[in-house]
Amino acid sequence: MARTRTVERPTIPVPAKISIVLVVNGAERPLKVAPWTTLLDALRDHLDLTGTKSGCDHGQCGACTVLVDGRRINSCLALAVMKDGTHVTTIEGLAKDGTLHPLQQAFIDHDAFQCGYCTPGQICSAVGLIAEGKAKTTDEIGELMSGNICRCGAYPNIVAAIEHAMGQS
Amino acid sequence: MINFEYARASDVADAVRQIAGDPGAKFIAGGTNLIDLMKEDVERPSRLIDISRLPLNRVEETTDGGVRIGALVPNSDLAYHPLIEQRYPMLGSAILAGASQQLRNMASTGGNLLQRTRCYYFYDIATPCNKREPGSGCSAITGLNRMHAILGTSEACIATHPSDMCVALAALDAKVQVVGPAGERTISFADFHRLPLDTPQRDTNLEPNELLAAVELPAEGFRTNYTYLKIRDRLSYAFALVSVAAAMELEGDRIREARLALGGVAHKPWRDALAEGALRGQEANPATFRRAADVLLHDAKGFAHNAFKIDLARRAIVRALTQAARGTPQSQSDKRIQ
Repeated sequence: MARTRTVERPTIPVPAKISIVLVVNGAERPLKVAPWTTLLDALRDHLDLTGTKSGCDHGQCGACTVLVDGRRINSCLALAVMKDGTHVTTIEGLAKDGTLHPLQQAFIDHDAFQCGYCTPGQICSAVGLIAEGKAKTTDEIGELMSGNICRCGAYPNIVAAIEHAMGQS
Repeated sequence: MINFEYARASDVADAVRQIAGDPGAKFIAGGTNLIDLMKEDVERPSRLIDISRLPLNRVEETTDGGVRIGALVPNSDLAYHPLIEQRYPMLGSAILAGASQQLRNMASTGGNLLQRTRCYYFYDIATPCNKREPGSGCSAITGLNRMHAILGTSEACIATHPSDMCVALAALDAKVQVVGPAGERTISFADFHRLPLDTPQRDTNLEPNELLAAVELPAEGFRTNYTYLKIRDRLSYAFALVSVAAAMELEGDRIREARLALGGVAHKPWRDALAEGALRGQEANPATFRRAADVLLHDAKGFAHNAFKIDLARRAIVRALTQAARGTPQSQSDKRIQ
């Protein structure tokens, strides 16, 4: 079917890149980004932090979940320029001194993934979930993790891993 | 996404000045809907004016006993705010029924009111859509319309407003405070969102040069007898087929005051004064609730794939009013409907 758009705005010239600083996993990372660079693309393409995954790119699957100033968000729907000066935590920043984060260990112990593509997002989301402190029951974990899709269907083990880590924290 | 320029607003006055100076510009706050629409090429702003750092992020009590919610308060902060949890639990419940926690952490209060429909044809730039391109036609009326409206539709558009939060705000009789070049004005919630009529490209009565600054709640929060019941295709993280915000004040078995608003059924949160009138002064029982549902759905009209919504809405209204009367609001984590 033909595109119905008839009125096109003149394309504006490419604006100059904007200098920002993100504090990623504790380290200051100065960057020059175009206005339309998402936080996801800044992490993956500018900083080579490819642990954060691009899934749907529309905020529906949760694969791109990272923590910004301690809160879990979909990095695919955030513009990097708008996050200038914030602290960003990705899956690469969770292990400390060679020891896995309790949630990373729990995901291994509970066999909470198959293909693993959603796992960085699941784990970052679960870190946010535990910090929020709102989920007390299995139902509540399920509900508050519903922004993270797992097409392998590892949900029961994901919930078990989170419950286990929650009990430890 | 097309190329665009980026600017930050230094204060509210600067934001209003900047938007007035550039008809191609748009404000951005949480970005959860706008960025998505830009990726789909539905929204094509030449400039984004970042208002996310403006000091509109407070939830505070007003002198008349109500609560003022800054436009930039994130959905999650609002849902869990002590003033909302304690005094307006229907609002908190409705917020938690929508989106995911990641999105609620990003999405702003003002943005929730201003989000666009999720009609598939609005999103698909290969198809005609009067909301996206006025005069091009409505693909949904003769197309796939399972998610579409049954009330207040027009020949130009049968899209629904997707918000859960707004359904509760409508029932609570909220007001919207906006700032424009001429100063501030207040819009009642009922007048904020529009019916499609022959101008479906306009979702709200906010002018293009105005900034949504706050939402104000009146003192009455219906903290005892309320519910937000959302019916959808999945148990979580899906838009409503039908949702019902129901609240009442009871005197014994009699309904002294009633509020009833529906989501997923119209171009705006659907609140019906006649249906509320059918509840007021009556005994809180299933016969009363069915009468109110009949009044509200009197003019409902289904299309090829969504006629089921009429019966679904009727049942959801009766169930929600029952939950509200009993004081047993729908849980947003245990999804069994009781």
